[in-house]
Amino acid sequence: MTEATGYPDLDALRARLGQIAELDADGVERERVAVLGRKQGALTALFKTLPSLSPEERGPFGAALNRVKAEFEAALDARTAALAAGAAQAGERIDLTMPGRERWLGAEHPVTKVTREIVDIFRSLGFAVATGPEAETEWLNFFALNFPPNHPALDLHDTLYLDVGDRPAGDDDPEREHGRILLRTHTSPVQIRVMQAGPPPYRVVIPGMVYRADPFDPSHAPAFAQIEALAVDEGIGMVDLKATLTAFAHRFFSPTTPVRFRPSYFPFTEPSAELDVECQICHGSGCPACKQTGWMEILGCGMVHPKVLENAGVDSEKYSGWAFGMGPARVAMNRYQLPDIRLLYGGDMRLLSRLGGEAS
Amino acid sequence: MKVSRRWLEDFLKRPLSIADLRGRLAMLGAPVDAVESLAGELAPVVVGLVEAAEPHPNADRLRVCQVAIGGGERRQVVTGAPNVEAGRRYPFAGVGVTLPNGLTLEKRKLRGEISEGMLCSEIELGLGADADGLMTLETEADPGTPLVDVLGLDDDRLELDLAPVRGDLLGHKGIARELAASLGVIARLPVVPDAPAELPPFRRSETPLAAGGVEIRIAPGSAGRRFTAAVIEGVTVGPSPAWLARRLEAVGQRPINNVVDVTNYVMFELGQPLHAYDGAKLRGGVLESRLARSGERLRTLDEVERALAPTMTVVADAEGPVGVAGVMGGLESEVTDATTTVVLEAAWWDPIATRSTRRALGLPSEASQRFERGPDLWALPDALRRAVEVLLATAGGRVVEQPIDLWPEPGHPPRIFLRVSRVAQILGIELGMGEIERTLTAIGATVSPKPEDGRLAVDVPGWRGDLTSEIDLIEEVARIHGYDRLPDELRPYRIGAQIDPPLEARTAAIRRAMMGLGLHEAITLPIGPATGPGSVPLQNPLTADHAFLRDRLSVGLVRQVEANWANQVRDVRLFEIGTAFGPGGPGRRPVESCRIAAVLTGGRRPAHWTDGGETPDLDWWDLKGLFERAASLANPGASVQVQDGSLVARSEQGAEIGRAGPLGADSPAWAGPLFGFEIEIAERAASKLGFEPLPTVPASSRDLALVVPWSIESGRVVETMREAGTGLLESVSVVDEYRGAGLPDGTRSVAYRLVFRGRDRTLRDRDVEGVMKRIQRALESQLGVGIRAS
Repeated sequence: MTEATGYPDLDALRARLGQIAELDADGVERERVAVLGRKQGALTALFKTLPSLSPEERGPFGAALNRVKAEFEAALDARTAALAAGAAQAGERIDLTMPGRERWLGAEHPVTKVTREIVDIFRSLGFAVATGPEAETEWLNFFALNFPPNHPALDLHDTLYLDVGDRPAGDDDPEREHGRILLRTHTSPVQIRVMQAGPPPYRVVIPGMVYRADPFDPSHAPAFAQIEALAVDEGIGMVDLKATLTAFAHRFFSPTTPVRFRPSYFPFTEPSAELDVECQICHGSGCPACKQTGWMEILGCGMVHPKVLENAGVDSEKYSGWAFGMGPARVAMNRYQLPDIRLLYGGDMRLLSRLGGEAS
Repeated sequence: MKVSRRWLEDFLKRPLSIADLRGRLAMLGAPVDAVESLAGELAPVVVGLVEAAEPHPNADRLRVCQVAIGGGERRQVVTGAPNVEAGRRYPFAGVGVTLPNGLTLEKRKLRGEISEGMLCSEIELGLGADADGLMTLETEADPGTPLVDVLGLDDDRLELDLAPVRGDLLGHKGIARELAASLGVIARLPVVPDAPAELPPFRRSETPLAAGGVEIRIAPGSAGRRFTAAVIEGVTVGPSPAWLARRLEAVGQRPINNVVDVTNYVMFELGQPLHAYDGAKLRGGVLESRLARSGERLRTLDEVERALAPTMTVVADAEGPVGVAGVMGGLESEVTDATTTVVLEAAWWDPIATRSTRRALGLPSEASQRFERGPDLWALPDALRRAVEVLLATAGGRVVEQPIDLWPEPGHPPRIFLRVSRVAQILGIELGMGEIERTLTAIGATVSPKPEDGRLAVDVPGWRGDLTSEIDLIEEVARIHGYDRLPDELRPYRIGAQIDPPLEARTAAIRRAMMGLGLHEAITLPIGPATGPGSVPLQNPLTADHAFLRDRLSVGLVRQVEANWANQVRDVRLFEIGTAFGPGGPGRRPVESCRIAAVLTGGRRPAHWTDGGETPDLDWWDLKGLFERAASLANPGASVQVQDGSLVARSEQGAEIGRAGPLGADSPAWAGPLFGFEIEIAERAASKLGFEPLPTVPASSRDLALVVPWSIESGRVVETMREAGTGLLESVSVVDEYRGAGLPDGTRSVAYRLVFRGRDRTLRDRDVEGVMKRIQRALESQLGVGIRAS
């Protein structure tokens, strides 16, 4: 119990606090009425004297009253709880150290999570989602995107082609002239589809599965998630590319993560760039994960090549824009420090629970 | 591309640090992937200063030397070398050092005198053939200085990640040129020791020409565009000098002989591949670029006999092919130790033709890699001249007649016009004409500003075959200006006119629901073994395991369940949202559908001690509940029906959209039953949700225990109740099923709870009794189902 209040009436009342711990359930209720009761409570009666006091007296006395009221309430509640626990023990005994009951809780796949975070950031920057088929024609996957036939750039993409047979004579499907059918090697054909579907401005973010003729080994998968974005309008320049992707990186990693843009090559963008962020493992000091560079390559980007705009029917003299692409699986592997990409395709409940934040 | 730091330093005449190279090359677009230090075995060898060399007291041929090895330390070394002299410097290897010949030095006594280490000869260090005496160091370097520093032997091998169009960077000269632009210095070709002062000038011709008895030709239709050749007689083939061998080793090449090594050296220096023929083995005095004839074969340098197709260009003598143009030379005409006359070829092959030949033969080579990217067509004679220069310096001989430069259709590098306004449009910053001119001059272009029409005429350098249009030049301007100097402040923008596809929100809702119901999202490979007769095959699968597109998702999920079982994980609940593929008709893209599939096995909930160790397993009813939830999300208005002992989801229009049931799997004895479902998600479907007035009057409920024969499905019972109770019956739920004693054979008892509610008034008991009677009568008369006598 704390020191005296300086008001004899109150101190007399507070003397009763000490007895509360001895009361039974009825006693607690009686005491509650006797002290705090709205009609005959002793403390309530003191509250009622407040209006008759001078303003100078009223403040300190009111405050003291409230403190004492809180003391009584706490002491009475504590005794009630103690009595309840005791009653429970006397009847059905309960050991609250026994484990509680859990529920199954699912989680989204780490790659979905990364993809969703990226999509959400681009939505906040005025982008909508666009999607497209996973089986495409050579024209949409390569030629419209300024990969010339027989060009070394084609070596960048080891392509899986589909065995769908030949078109019958007289087939007048417009895709007839678009070359062989393949599994898209990037989500970029969707850029062409979006631009062909309507006039600029375009501002889309494109998630999806892409395919490469790669072995299924610790660092490759023949199918993996990709995400890219396209922004085309009048007056969009490389400074906008740099500003938007810097803003993205600062939202995705942290507002203080250092970023750098360096020149690169993609057939469908020019100028092309690679965006590096400070290595999230060593924070710039150099480690095996970043090949001692202190930087981690996270995405490729660039100004949409004028030929790509023209191939999609957009006036490349009037409109310009940028695009980027990145691999959420790679980001997830870095984030969770996964040693083998195949873990993302294993459906291992232990791993999914752990990465999903659930202890299972 | 592997690059030697030392080699670059030779071009730039300045030391380069690895950290600086990493930074500069990354910002130039040629990032360093890996660095390997090549100081190697000689790293511990230092400069030793012999301060005293006294005769050995017990041996005439030996001398006892006091050697200063730096840091004020001295070692006594006993040596038998005749040329040791006090006051001179020699390579010193201390106790514990292992020399390139494998010898590990120990402290020992030679005829009573202690020897702690060794003064070394060239041969012991693997630096030359001279075994006669110590390697005398002509240096003033302090004792203790690493030998590799004094001799310039330390090097680093940088692995660069190059853009596929930058053929100019496939030689040290190109990389040095980029670094020079970045450093603001000039790159110069390294001086070759013992190089001849002067070389004969070339003879340029547009028609065939001969030198040294070899006529050079380019047949129309072949891939040859320009063909230079020189004939050198009196060559002595042998090992390359140390400096040359070191350069090649630094880029990962094994030295072969001083002729082949020269062609490789020039290729790695200038990016232009060359070929050396043994002049004595060329037949008929002809070297011709022509298409292969059908049936022609060639044994290439890798000792494989290859069939040539008439689309491939070869270099042929009078009797047949001696090389596959741009790809690999022939074995027969290769230079050997016996060669005395060398025909050196530097040619330019069409990149696309080279690429298709290389692909057809499956024969990638250092040469084809470069020809596919197009070396500098205009610098071809320079490359041959360099090769002749280095060859004469290392293998001797003399050039017979003037070398030939056959160029049937000579031309100039392209001229491109660049608008200042276009630079501003694409980059978003204003650069002046002067600044643009400076950046393009830095990469070797000749620039003529035309201020009157706001553009510049740019003659691109011959080595930049990748620069063919205005946008290519804008990229160069940005690159040399520096991406890091572009501002990165967000400017106002218009949002796009596009909206999300409807599937996007639907899949997100299904994913959230499945997660909330305790399922984990999984991803399976969409390609695998055939999953059904309609599985679309790949044309070029890497393995038979990944040879088809999946026609459903659940097959992959079952494999994941089995993998979990293999890890002793019993509780598995997975779902996947992804694409399944079906045949789309001959020559057409497959039909794609977006699916939700799930697999369930193991405990219905995490084991808890209140279950007494008997937590129930997931069963049909868990499956059905999930399936119904997923179906209504995947296709609003869909319903689940029973069909042939399994559950089928149908759209409102009656089309089958999914199935659920037990799944077959390779399951261990301790596993629970495995269930699964798969549903096609509707691309276009409107939500069926909307406002319905909330009840304002209380409901009353009645329980009804019925004896239901097994021949009557509960669904029909409920249906009958609904029809009979129309208007007042709000809902029917099953509260219990009883099987066993006290019931007629072939029946069970099912208890239902019926909830009644009036539209706008509270029902009185008699209202409810009335409708209950109606329902019971209907059950009796339509189904023969009666109340269970209690």
